[in-house]
Amino acid sequence: MHARKQTKDDNGTAVSASSPEAPEGTRAVLDGNEINRALTRIAHEVLERTKGGQDVTLLGIPSRGAPLARRLARRIERVEELDVPTGSLDITMYRDDLRMAPARALGRTEIPAGGLDDRVVVLVDDVLFSGRTVRAALDALGDLGRPRAVQLAVLVDRGHRELPIRADYVGKNLPTSLRESVTVQLEETDGHDAVLLGPARASSTGTLRAGSRSLPETTEGDA
Amino acid sequence: MRHLLSAGDLDRDEATLILDTAAELAQVGDRAVKKLPTLRGRTVVNLFYEDSTRTRTSFELAAKRLSADVINFSAKGSSVSKGESLKDTALTLQAMGADGVVIRHSASGAAHRLAGWVDGSVLNAGDGTHEHPTQALLDAFTMRSRLGRLEGLRVAVVGDILHSRVARSNVLLLTTLGAHVTLVAPPTLLPVSVGTWPCEVSYDLDEVLPKTDVVMMLRVQAERMRDSFFPSVREYSRNYGLDGERLERMPSDAIVMHPGPMVRGMEISAEVADSPRCTVTEQVANGVSLRMAVLYLLLGGS
Amino acid sequence: MPENHGPYLIRGARPFGGDPVDLLLDEGRVAAIGPDLEAPEGTEVVDATGLIALPGLVDLHTHLREPGREDAETVLSGSRAAAMGGYTAVHAMANTDPVADTAGVVEQVWHLGREAGYCDVRPVGAVTVGLKGERLSEIGAMADSAAGVRVFSDDGICVSDALLMRRALEYVKAFDGVIAQHAQEPRLTEGAQMNEGCVSDRLGLPGWPAVAEEAIIARDCLLAQHVGSRLHVCHVSTKGSVDIIRWAKERGCDVTAEVTPHHLILTEDLVESYDPVYKVNPPLRTAEDVQALREGLADGTIDIVATDHAPHPVEAKETEWSTAAMGMVGLETALGVVHKTMVETGLLTWEQVADRMSAAPARIGRVSDHGRGLAVGEPANVVLYDPAAPVEVDGAALVGKSGNTPFRGMSLPGRIIATFLRGAPTVLEGKIK
Repeated sequence: MHARKQTKDDNGTAVSASSPEAPEGTRAVLDGNEINRALTRIAHEVLERTKGGQDVTLLGIPSRGAPLARRLARRIERVEELDVPTGSLDITMYRDDLRMAPARALGRTEIPAGGLDDRVVVLVDDVLFSGRTVRAALDALGDLGRPRAVQLAVLVDRGHRELPIRADYVGKNLPTSLRESVTVQLEETDGHDAVLLGPARASSTGTLRAGSRSLPETTEGDA
Repeated sequence: MRHLLSAGDLDRDEATLILDTAAELAQVGDRAVKKLPTLRGRTVVNLFYEDSTRTRTSFELAAKRLSADVINFSAKGSSVSKGESLKDTALTLQAMGADGVVIRHSASGAAHRLAGWVDGSVLNAGDGTHEHPTQALLDAFTMRSRLGRLEGLRVAVVGDILHSRVARSNVLLLTTLGAHVTLVAPPTLLPVSVGTWPCEVSYDLDEVLPKTDVVMMLRVQAERMRDSFFPSVREYSRNYGLDGERLERMPSDAIVMHPGPMVRGMEISAEVADSPRCTVTEQVANGVSLRMAVLYLLLGGS
Repeated sequence: MPENHGPYLIRGARPFGGDPVDLLLDEGRVAAIGPDLEAPEGTEVVDATGLIALPGLVDLHTHLREPGREDAETVLSGSRAAAMGGYTAVHAMANTDPVADTAGVVEQVWHLGREAGYCDVRPVGAVTVGLKGERLSEIGAMADSAAGVRVFSDDGICVSDALLMRRALEYVKAFDGVIAQHAQEPRLTEGAQMNEGCVSDRLGLPGWPAVAEEAIIARDCLLAQHVGSRLHVCHVSTKGSVDIIRWAKERGCDVTAEVTPHHLILTEDLVESYDPVYKVNPPLRTAEDVQALREGLADGTIDIVATDHAPHPVEAKETEWSTAAMGMVGLETALGVVHKTMVETGLLTWEQVADRMSAAPARIGRVSDHGRGLAVGEPANVVLYDPAAPVEVDGAALVGKSGNTPFRGMSLPGRIIATFLRGAPTVLEGKIK
């Protein structure tokens, strides 16, 4: 029973936990301050779009969406005097590429008390790429309750959608090539904050094929 | 891992992964929609050569909660009872496209044999007097849920160790997970080489109970008496049965487990069986989550 | 049946592994031995350079399955397998269907063996009627029959009744017979599946304690000595049994014993696979037992190697362990296994191998024209063995009908090149005739 450990980035991104410097071949596109500013901006946008945020529930998608959701909740709570129910939603069991890799270890799913019915659920993830993770999250939500509305917040939108999905809140739009990888590092999971852009890890043949984007070695952001 | 044949095949990381996965999946039972799409389009066959409605139902529910197609292939009323060999049955299941076969069989090693004949995953749901790995896993899961840890836990397994697949799997798994196991039984109901097992052995239940966090009572069949494993039910239950008085001698947070079905009045008194410290029904509920975890980890990936 | 041939001149063979000489086989006998023999007209010459010549092997313990289980083996197929293994005489065990407990059945088997013509088939008679352990079968009639039975055994089942065993031992004294006991205390081995110990406990298979074998051997040795009869112990498998037999011989008991090739090399660990090809009675034991058996065979405590060749059809083994049949085929691999375990280890010389696999079994079975030396005038029962031709065992390549060999995939150091039965080749150039 091989399962990839959740401590590794489950989006197949290259993780370099120890070094605050961008590893060779990669460059930082957002540093810690920029990430903080982006989250603060998103917090304000959420409050605006949801008319004060009274009905908002934040659900982070593990692994890095979960700490992002908690940070976002803190920022919203700082602006408005309210308690934002925050949890996490693991989408592993809903992935469409389960059979393409050994069984994965599950992330945590924590639905805040009070449930999701009639809430405005804001899904939070680090990178929006193909849209497949969000598709899986929408399926998972459907089995958990009936939110009044579902919105999506991401730290980075790198483009290359494969499904008709868009984000409601974006920290940074980052035009990328398929030959590149986007890596989000967070204090909570990696020891420091950074968003890195680097070359995509080579597939076994050393070439990237358009049809192989759901394979782990060429997938970032979305599952 | 492709199959789950023996608890001894699991290393600590693998066993912990199964328990962690089961803990996540336990939530599914509390949801509005008690189902996940994960094994959609996969076929799981329950191949049961022994009557065991509870184990079969547990596996069936686990597979269905993961959206697998489930076929129950019981020995009674099928070609199996007309003398078809295990191998031919295996080839039949193979031809039907079974992705996983859950097998319960009275012959030790039947699951190992099956694994050599089918391409799919084989899950041992009890083979003779050999092993019952998912029972040990759900027992460990129950202990961890109740007591918060397994490392250093003192577990006494009491009863017919010699004929118990549950005991074998538990000794292997609990040792791997860092618990200390003591087997308690009359010498006749212990394997001859038990001294080489990674556990303690005692003939004296009263001496063991005060230093035990978990006592697992095993079923003792009355027919063992006819084969002179012990002189009488009365003498057995006097020496090795768990009653209220003995329960009092255990630490106050200690729990009583039983893989079921219980023989009240033999190894366990009604008072103990019905006490809140007895986890029998919890074990049954945990069994579904645990089996979901195993099915997912065996069949969910590539 | 192999055709009759003219004389054979074997060039450059090494009798008992010694110096090369030529052997001339003619009219069923060894006609001449010496360097550079002349080949008379019509002689076929066999180049035996580097080959070891031994007297034809004699097996005291073979299951030929006919009558009754012709799907597993027949007298013909089994005696062809025997020839491939270098045997010129085999003893066919009595547990056929019907049981070989009457003169009629043993004569039938004996006749089938003669018709087949690949080796001399000596039937073993059942000790008790139907192997039931209740009353003696007509032992005398079988002894007096054309088959001339001298070895009696309920093999597969132990004659556990002490009184019945005593009577059988006494009765066969009248015609110099021997009781070959399958030593297995039945109550201690009810449902037993493998050697009792760490492995059986781990695998959850009911154990077969060594004491179940040793207790019967001890009892039978004492009985045989008490009534002054001959006892032969089948397939000794434990260190304790070797010790008991050694002790019995020291105190003057007329006991002989056999060990199978598989018990000289395989251990119970193989059962971990749950593959019933390793299921056998008595069961595979521990490495310590294997070592004691080798030493016992080397020092003569164990007199002979006997194959306990036990063919089974595929379906009897392709099943779960507990329902599988017990037994292994062994005729075609016996000499290779003995070479590997006893000669390569320095425990036996080739001369001693000839004793353990030819002379001694012939003596125990009272087979007069087998197991004799390679000397002028002796019956021309000869096997030529290439000790430097490693072969990987393949069940499907065996000449016998069943492929249940536990040695499959194992490399054995040599192979049989030729077998001569009374001067006629049954195997030549490594192929059955």
